[in-house]
Amino acid sequence: MMEFFTTTTLGIALLVTGQALLVIVPLFVALAFLMYGDRKVWAAVQMRRGPNQVGVFGVLQSFADLLKYIVKEVVVPAGADKFVFYLAPMMTFVLALIAWAVIPWNPTWVVADINVAVLYIFAVSSLEVYGVIMGGWASNSKYAFLGSLRSAAQMISYEVSIGLIIIGVIISTGSLNFGDIVAAQDGNYGLFSWYWLPHFPMVILFFVSALAETNRPPFDLPEAESELVAGYQVEYSSTPFLLFMMGELLSVVLMCALISLLFFGGWLSPIPGIPDSILWLIGKMLFFFFMFAMVKAITPRYRYDQLMRLGWKVFLPMSLGWVVLVAFFAQYGAFGGAYARWAIGG
Amino acid sequence: MTVADIAFYIFSLTLVTAGLFTVVARNPVHSVLWLILSFLSASGLFVLLGAEFVAMLLVIVYVGAVAVLFLFVVMMLDVDFAALKGEMTKHVPLALLIGVVILLQLGLSFGVWESSDLAMGQRQAVTPDIKEVQNTAAIGQLLYTKYIYLFQSAGLILLVAMVGAIVLTIRHRTNVKRQDILAQIYRDPAEAMELKDVKPGQGL
Amino acid sequence: MEDLLREYLPIVIFLGLAIAIGLVFIFAALIIAVRNPDPEKVSAYECGFNAFDDSRMKFDVRFYLVSILFIIFDLEIAFLFPWAVAFKDVGLLGFWSMIVFLGVLTVGFAYEWKKGALEWE
Repeated sequence: MMEFFTTTTLGIALLVTGQALLVIVPLFVALAFLMYGDRKVWAAVQMRRGPNQVGVFGVLQSFADLLKYIVKEVVVPAGADKFVFYLAPMMTFVLALIAWAVIPWNPTWVVADINVAVLYIFAVSSLEVYGVIMGGWASNSKYAFLGSLRSAAQMISYEVSIGLIIIGVIISTGSLNFGDIVAAQDGNYGLFSWYWLPHFPMVILFFVSALAETNRPPFDLPEAESELVAGYQVEYSSTPFLLFMMGELLSVVLMCALISLLFFGGWLSPIPGIPDSILWLIGKMLFFFFMFAMVKAITPRYRYDQLMRLGWKVFLPMSLGWVVLVAFFAQYGAFGGAYARWAIGG
Repeated sequence: MTVADIAFYIFSLTLVTAGLFTVVARNPVHSVLWLILSFLSASGLFVLLGAEFVAMLLVIVYVGAVAVLFLFVVMMLDVDFAALKGEMTKHVPLALLIGVVILLQLGLSFGVWESSDLAMGQRQAVTPDIKEVQNTAAIGQLLYTKYIYLFQSAGLILLVAMVGAIVLTIRHRTNVKRQDILAQIYRDPAEAMELKDVKPGQGL
Repeated sequence: MEDLLREYLPIVIFLGLAIAIGLVFIFAALIIAVRNPDPEKVSAYECGFNAFDDSRMKFDVRFYLVSILFIIFDLEIAFLFPWAVAFKDVGLLGFWSMIVFLGVLTVGFAYEWKKGALEWE
């Protein structure tokens, strides 16, 4: 029986489908509760109650929302390009989901163990801009169009700094595989050998760029309720809108996973004596998700020229300079090889 | 047929079909979308060849950056594509000629690459064994040292592109209020305001 | 070679599953929900009046400039990836070769800055 799953093509395909579902199904369930948690956090900050009607303390709110989305009418604007109109939310959703294929959960649990995992994530996130542009263009509405333009320029601007920050980590590791990156952080000093310490300024830059890349407040200019109503999503209703929302939330959670893996040791345990486990990774992701929610709750929105200035004139030079600095540290073995983990066999 | 073969035919077929639709699609935006599909299938073909790095790069650079620019241009520039399409028939012979020449050149180089023993030897001399070195690292080991001149000229080309883009597109608007962050930060209340003692009924 | 395909198979399967789930959502709404369009409902969203003209219009050339600059920096990052991976193997020559490359692009970046191409007005 086992041979069927490891040798034949069909068997392998079935096995992999099972593994993929093992990631996707818990992810979706988690998404429902994360959405609820997100809303509860904002509510708490604003001294409201938040959702509290559906189920105990409203925990089933997201499932009620799902049902509500499905029974709502799909309105396609008259001037819309129908095919592209439906393609845009599909694209956002599909891209946000397939990025999860390469995320490892512990040293051996990874669905797609490819050598170029980091590049793959970078490639997928560089495609995410299409969902937004296509959505805005297909709707044939001025608000949607302006929102998508802004968003496209914003997403590509911050992608540059995300790329450069990742390069710094890669120099220290010498591999594009997440498993290797986490393994390289497993040093003698417990949580102080994780990359957040040697790459400290970049952790903050990465977090802020992640906010901008996923269009979260304070960088939610494409949506900017008070100016653009809802930006590129303004003409969307029902499940196409739901797909946009899920896609966005999935990429937010993906960013949390990336921060945990690249800078905070993934599944490594911070406390000596407690074994490394997937629970640590999930815990770290939840913490960063909480940070995302808090940022959304407490920061005012940036103005567009400030946003572009921050991206091009602050983040880009800083991350580029950091890459050069890390390269020098790694080349000349500064700080006891903290920047050259491949040299100390990490 | 193995799985790899089936995948090859699927990707090639998609690539060719998408390329065809890129040319014949009426709506220019649809053309770009087809173009993106053809890029993606090409990157699938690269994966089948074992060239993971090139595959990812194709997606990052061409789909993630170049096609975004294309999309910007066709979506939002006021180009009359119907007129352009109308002129297409006029240029068909020239286009065909160029196509045939490129095809011949490709055939020529491919033939040499495949048949000549020397080429085979050179290829093996340059590239490390795929099983030992991942191809991202393999490219890295060659590009920056063995092909340093080409690499540096790529840098210069990028510089020229940067300067060119700015020279061609930059238009400074007048009467725009710019924010000077440093000026704001270093503003001193002592200089910025002055307290006046206004006497009742007199004003300033 | 087969190993490589085995590594990429999950991505194809993920893609298939993602598309399937997305289609299920869209078709669920198309089938279950009522559809009752009328001209007012399907008109483009505006602030209480009819749209004056087509929404797809010309816009500031600055957006093109941003996307061109993005292509250039994206290529720079593309060059950095193999370098970072092979960092320990490229030696001193490779190291300085990249530093010079980055220096050349920094000159370009300084030019941009000076020219005000990064200014959003």
